[in-house]
Amino acid sequence: MKWNKGYTISLSLSAGCAWLVFSLFMAVSSGAKEMDLYTVWTAVFDYNASLTPHQIIHELRLPRVLGAALTGMAFAVAGAIMQGVTRNPMADTGLLGVNAGAAFVVALCFALLPSLSYSHVMLLSFIGAALSTLFIMLLGSAAPGGLTSLRLTIAGAVVAAILHSLSTGIAIYFDLSQDLAFWYAGGVAGIKWVHLKLLAPVILAGLAGAMLLGRPITFLSLGEEAATGLGIKTARIRILGLLIAVVLAGASVSAAGSIAFVGLVIPHIARRIVGVDYRFVLPFSALLGGSLLVWADFAARMVNPPREFAIGAMVAMVGVPFFLYLARKERREL
Amino acid sequence: MEPSAYRARRAITVSVVMFILAIVVILIGLNTGTIRLSPLAVWQTLLGGGTTEEQMILFDYRLPRIVVTMLGGIGLGVAGAVLQGVSRNALADPGILGLHAGAAFGLIVFVSFFRTMEGSLAMLIPMFTFAGGSVIAIVIILLAYDRQRGIMPIRLILVGIAIEAGVSALTLFLSLKLDPDTYAFAARWLAGSVWGRDWINVWALLPWIVILVPIVYLKSKTLDLFSFGDEIASGVGSSVTRNRLLMMILAVALSCASVSMTGGIGFIGLVAPHLASRLAGPQHRYFLPAAASIGLVILVTADTIGRSIFQPNAIPAGVIVALIGGPYFLYMLFRKKV
Repeated sequence: MKWNKGYTISLSLSAGCAWLVFSLFMAVSSGAKEMDLYTVWTAVFDYNASLTPHQIIHELRLPRVLGAALTGMAFAVAGAIMQGVTRNPMADTGLLGVNAGAAFVVALCFALLPSLSYSHVMLLSFIGAALSTLFIMLLGSAAPGGLTSLRLTIAGAVVAAILHSLSTGIAIYFDLSQDLAFWYAGGVAGIKWVHLKLLAPVILAGLAGAMLLGRPITFLSLGEEAATGLGIKTARIRILGLLIAVVLAGASVSAAGSIAFVGLVIPHIARRIVGVDYRFVLPFSALLGGSLLVWADFAARMVNPPREFAIGAMVAMVGVPFFLYLARKERREL
Repeated sequence: MEPSAYRARRAITVSVVMFILAIVVILIGLNTGTIRLSPLAVWQTLLGGGTTEEQMILFDYRLPRIVVTMLGGIGLGVAGAVLQGVSRNALADPGILGLHAGAAFGLIVFVSFFRTMEGSLAMLIPMFTFAGGSVIAIVIILLAYDRQRGIMPIRLILVGIAIEAGVSALTLFLSLKLDPDTYAFAARWLAGSVWGRDWINVWALLPWIVILVPIVYLKSKTLDLFSFGDEIASGVGSSVTRNRLLMMILAVALSCASVSMTGGIGFIGLVAPHLASRLAGPQHRYFLPAAASIGLVILVTADTIGRSIFQPNAIPAGVIVALIGGPYFLYMLFRKKV
């Protein structure tokens, strides 16, 4: 039995890796101009700047697809962490208002400091994400009966609604609504190597930090008493976990806009496949989340070319039915 | 003093106070703008006096917008009261439940087809928003319905949140395809900016409010019965399912018609009835008028603030309402044991 489970997990993880790599190659090779995989391969590993296809791949597609993969990983892992530490199956950085906090600050940057460099925007969006998270958590724990998962979800949605309303107000006041809407709708088309240079280290560091927390989060997800009994410092793990989730969500929102539901759906699928141990749930969520956004972006490009479908809407089409399914399944709690 | 007489007196007092407050904010609203009109000038112009310029400012610009705002506030306040009564859920609000997202979707479909919202076409807009809102309402009710326990209040909210997120994503996507001018308009609408400022907009909204609000008022006994729970309501002899359906349709129609002219304004439907029932008591025949006038006061005030303080670009009234209503919602959420 023990061996069997380990077998499933390692098989799932390697399949996830293979799937992500396959997705990346597929997404890079398709587009307005189809490339065969040979060209993709040589463009990546044997780059020749004088060839146009190589340039297209190198300058346009590669950063975009890598950006999709990284942000997908980040949203999925952030969602998994939040579900683990808040023990709320409906937690997601998009639904809980973390993205909205980051997006609000980015909107402020667009309006007030349009010449701000990307690194500063990213830094400020962390702060936005952190503040809205802190606010929701404080609100939740101050209430009688404590931080129930239900209250967290509703409070998150309302805080997100207020922040979104404020962001739109700012956008309208400063006449930048359509620029901001394009960004808000979520899209990785604008991601360039300059962004990736900053985005990649931050997200990879966040992912690494998340993996280190896998074990304590597993215990935390089983319940407060169990975790304390096993000698886990629950408060510290919870704060660390949320901090990492905030960094991951803040970075992704600053690059790709607010994409909800990735962090909701992926961890559930991951737990279904590899079990409840977050040491495996977290990396598997990363692999699945990365592939999901790569495919969503791929589909967004292919549905109606040359127009692009909003990636956020693409993910919502999968996410909404899934959320409803969860809401119905949780009938005893609700 | 007999309790019911006392309640009636309190309700009347509240109504009178609210009425005076409403007059005050309307006068301030009429007075505010690039050209100021003193209350006296407003009064004289209304009675047929005043200069040609004053008449033009008042009748062509200020008055239609204020009337749309008033009607919208009434519609949203009453719609919220009905939704809260029917679902027995103090947190129910047409915005939170996703009805406005549905209405917004209907509006985006409308502008995508007709490309304009000017002139007599404006009469069609409430139909489109109502259609969008109804579809969402049906989906939400179906999903929140449990065969044993009926509509489950909390699930109603959760389902509403999810549907709203999904429909908004779709609306956002459709709105990105619009040309920049139409888009700018749609974005303002979505943020809750009162756009109806011609008499045609008043005529488009007026019948919905004038016909539906009295129907709701006549049904206030039914709404009272809902608050006792289904068993008692059916024991008293009211046909629960049919009445609930009717009231739901009324609420959807009122809120969707209102937001069609005022833009996607949330939280009024939450705050107005709640304040009203605190002030005027829990019986619907007492607090419905108060809810209507509180809705009116909130929306007219928010619109006046939005277009006067933040010159030259106005801030949508919806943003200001969200800034007040959102915290109020959170306060209610945390006062109750969920």
